[in-house]
Amino acid sequence: MTVDSVKLALETPDERQPFAELGMKDDEYQRVREILGRRPTSSELAIYSVMWSEHCSYKSSKVHLRQFGTKAPKSEALLVGMGENAGVVDIGDGWAATFKIESHNHPSYVEPHQGAATGVGGIVRDIMSMGARPIAVMDALRFGGATQPDTRRVLPGVVEGISHYGNCLGLPNIGGEVAFDPCYIGNPLVNALCVGLLRKDQIKLATAPGPGNKVVLFGARTGADGIGGASVLASATFEDESQAKRPAVQVGDPFMEKLLIECCLELYQADVVVGIQDLGAAGVSCATTELAAKGTGGMSVDLNLVPLRDPTLRPEEILMSESQERMMAVVTPGDIAAFMAICEKWDVPATVIGEVTDTGRLVMTWDGETIVDIPPGTAADDGPVYERPFHEPAGQAALNGDGPERLPRPSDLRETLLTLLGSPNLASKEWVTSQYDRYVRGNTVLAQPADAGMVRISEVMPGAEETTRGIALSTDGNGRYAKLDPYAGAQLALAEAYRNVAVTGATPLAVTNCLNFGSPEDPEVMWQFAEATRGLADACQILGVPVTGGNVSFYNQTGSDAIHPTPVVGVLGVIDDVAKRVRSGFTAPGLRVALLGETHEEFGGSEWAHVVHGHLGGLPPQADLIAERGLAAVLSAAAAEGLIEGSHDLSDGGLAIALAESCIAQGVGASVSLPTEDAFVGLFSESASRALVCVRPEAFDALAELCGRFDVPCYGLGTTGGTSLAVEDVFEIPVGDLRDVHTGALPAIFG
Amino acid sequence: MSAARVGVVTFPGTLDDQDAARAVRLAGAEAVPLWHAERDLKGVDAVFLPGGFSYGDYLRCGAISRFAPLMEELVPAARDGLPVLGTCNGFQILCEAHLLPGALTRNQGLHYVCRDQRVQVVNADTAWTAEYETGQEIVLPVKHGEGRYVADARTLEALESEGRVVFRYLGGNPNGSLNDIAGITSEAGNVVGLMPHPEHAVEELTGAPSVDGRGFFTSILKKLVNA
Repeated sequence: MTVDSVKLALETPDERQPFAELGMKDDEYQRVREILGRRPTSSELAIYSVMWSEHCSYKSSKVHLRQFGTKAPKSEALLVGMGENAGVVDIGDGWAATFKIESHNHPSYVEPHQGAATGVGGIVRDIMSMGARPIAVMDALRFGGATQPDTRRVLPGVVEGISHYGNCLGLPNIGGEVAFDPCYIGNPLVNALCVGLLRKDQIKLATAPGPGNKVVLFGARTGADGIGGASVLASATFEDESQAKRPAVQVGDPFMEKLLIECCLELYQADVVVGIQDLGAAGVSCATTELAAKGTGGMSVDLNLVPLRDPTLRPEEILMSESQERMMAVVTPGDIAAFMAICEKWDVPATVIGEVTDTGRLVMTWDGETIVDIPPGTAADDGPVYERPFHEPAGQAALNGDGPERLPRPSDLRETLLTLLGSPNLASKEWVTSQYDRYVRGNTVLAQPADAGMVRISEVMPGAEETTRGIALSTDGNGRYAKLDPYAGAQLALAEAYRNVAVTGATPLAVTNCLNFGSPEDPEVMWQFAEATRGLADACQILGVPVTGGNVSFYNQTGSDAIHPTPVVGVLGVIDDVAKRVRSGFTAPGLRVALLGETHEEFGGSEWAHVVHGHLGGLPPQADLIAERGLAAVLSAAAAEGLIEGSHDLSDGGLAIALAESCIAQGVGASVSLPTEDAFVGLFSESASRALVCVRPEAFDALAELCGRFDVPCYGLGTTGGTSLAVEDVFEIPVGDLRDVHTGALPAIFG
Repeated sequence: MSAARVGVVTFPGTLDDQDAARAVRLAGAEAVPLWHAERDLKGVDAVFLPGGFSYGDYLRCGAISRFAPLMEELVPAARDGLPVLGTCNGFQILCEAHLLPGALTRNQGLHYVCRDQRVQVVNADTAWTAEYETGQEIVLPVKHGEGRYVADARTLEALESEGRVVFRYLGGNPNGSLNDIAGITSEAGNVVGLMPHPEHAVEELTGAPSVDGRGFFTSILKKLVNA
């Protein structure tokens, strides 16, 4: 079989190349020819096509994402910002946390189990490549309508994939979200988040400095998984039968990943790694170009040395393969023996496939012939950048004009509460979360159904200093809000995640995001994206929490039907003394119940409008970030002073749902009266910047005083106790009934 | 007097070893790491086989671990009376190694289940349960996909009549185990295997909302100190 070498490329300049099939535009192909001064070899074409794909190059989003840098608030906590495998923040006592959320949407539609499983695997390797021990995961999931037939195919597969892979890895799953809307029926969203810990002076970066240093590929052997996955799967819409794309989904082996985690940790401890990069989308192409571009600038690789699971693979396929559980490290010649010994201890195959050079070129050979000879930065960093046109969608004004005011209000609020509590979006997600191990590693302080997950920082790595600190994490995002107003929708997503972290007593510190949208080639979708990024960047600035990294997922549409714009925002917070964490809901009888924050009449995009009327129109709740900041300040101060016995944020479904969930949490009832004249508004409005807390009676005045200091309204609603939720003059419902409705909904659908 | 030494075994794919070692230390014993590839029990007084997915659960849960070099030392030592506790994957390994009868198969509901489970202590006379009362009800987390205890009729009959069922599920059997069996013991009472996780129920702050798992570790400690 002939190999398309550089020599051959020079001899056959007019050879027709399949760049269009690889997802490259005509002008992009011409640029590659200009850069190289000749036609690319087929291997070079493979590299440029994946590296310049939307998935790897962020070519449509880059100009908007820049705002996360230019508008970034001053933060002393930020150690590594956007552009690396994951952001890193200083959490005190010499510790740093690294976290990131990433999408695996398209593969999860094609093959729900493997798509979701490898989504977890990929984000965990991102965290490992920063030098950290992964300590927890969570997942933000969106599916079509709960009773739509395809949801019954996709959801169980996705949950099982996450469950199988994450549980085998030994990482507690501490939270996340599940939401349903028919707009996701052909494009489910699987956004996986991982958080890791490391000593702040031991951060690893993806860089290959030092000519003569060895390039080691370690982990699983390379097979035909996901060939073309990055450019084909992530860039194309699903107009064809998904069958044709099935082979492009990668298959994961969590056992190998667990060995890789322990192996990497031991390699870091032994200090035998100069630079490291995980192999994700675009596999060897991405790892070699990015490592070389950020290091001394050159690298030579003998592709024949890549260990293969399928010996018939061609060099182009090896370059594009997305086989899972692989890493690439740069190691000094003197450390190679020690490096290999650790890999052998963990039964992790490791092979030297090349070395760092100072030539400024990435050179690869196959059977002795040069098949790649490129400046690595041109593939890794100099991809195309598009200023895609955008404009407000044609129907946007009409959508905003069709407000919820015209909807008939309910007369029986008891029935409304039970209907909402048992609706798929508000029902208990236990059917999902009971399939995840939330206890492994023994550090889980809070997990579902708490507002945020929290883990204690303990026994992360041998010999490291102990601390009383803990970290809290939450992800949130409401596609309906963002559809009505993407600017406000993105801000509300951030506000809710920020609030969820604050109600546990932690102080929000940093942000990651996963931006799920339709096709960027549609100017109306691009407007949603531009508005959402602008909203999020502005909100981060006001709340003082920087974006540390994230991921963009475009092309979540089938034909011309795009999903609701769905920015999912993750917030990480720190609590100085994890023993002072605040538990979820009403934790004991005899406590005073207080509502913090102001309630307005806000039903645009609400669960009530959605569930009861199938209506989406008007404007979402107002995102008052100053109020949000004040509320968070009250909550963390109150937790630190030990004033709060339990808490819960108010969000979808409003106060009614927060009260019901607070009662269900520990089986403790409550008797309350509403601070608003209109009971319906008081119970079901979805105004932001609100939280429910319970305090010992003698602590109430101190709480009220604290609220006064931060300008946060504080309403005493009543007391906890009894076996039912009683709202004065409105209804009284036994907690057992609330629980039955809440927990019974998803099992009734999914078995 | 030196502290009692409890070995905690790590196979490739073991996950709860850190938690197991912590529970041992919290009880006041020394946790000694034991590595699957070494034929060396390091002179420990008891052994804890923690949960996880050893060898990826490939072939069958515990089937490959059974052949690890360490097991060549552990199996005869257990037959000679060394106290051994296996939880979850550790229980599966003990069954595969024939230190305990029966087998753990796929949960009846086919899903992995993680929940806080009510469990009854049926036998408080083993090396690992002496600090409990017979009939005592405790809460321990379960988290497994293959925890359905099965055995042939004669074995079940023997386990029941000899009082070797140590734990039974209460308030709903999470996996379809025969006779609601959550854990069993060897004839001599030194080897105990169970699907629930006592090591995740030893601290107020973390893990399950109970500290009912502490009794396992105080039981073995008292036994070793008094030996």
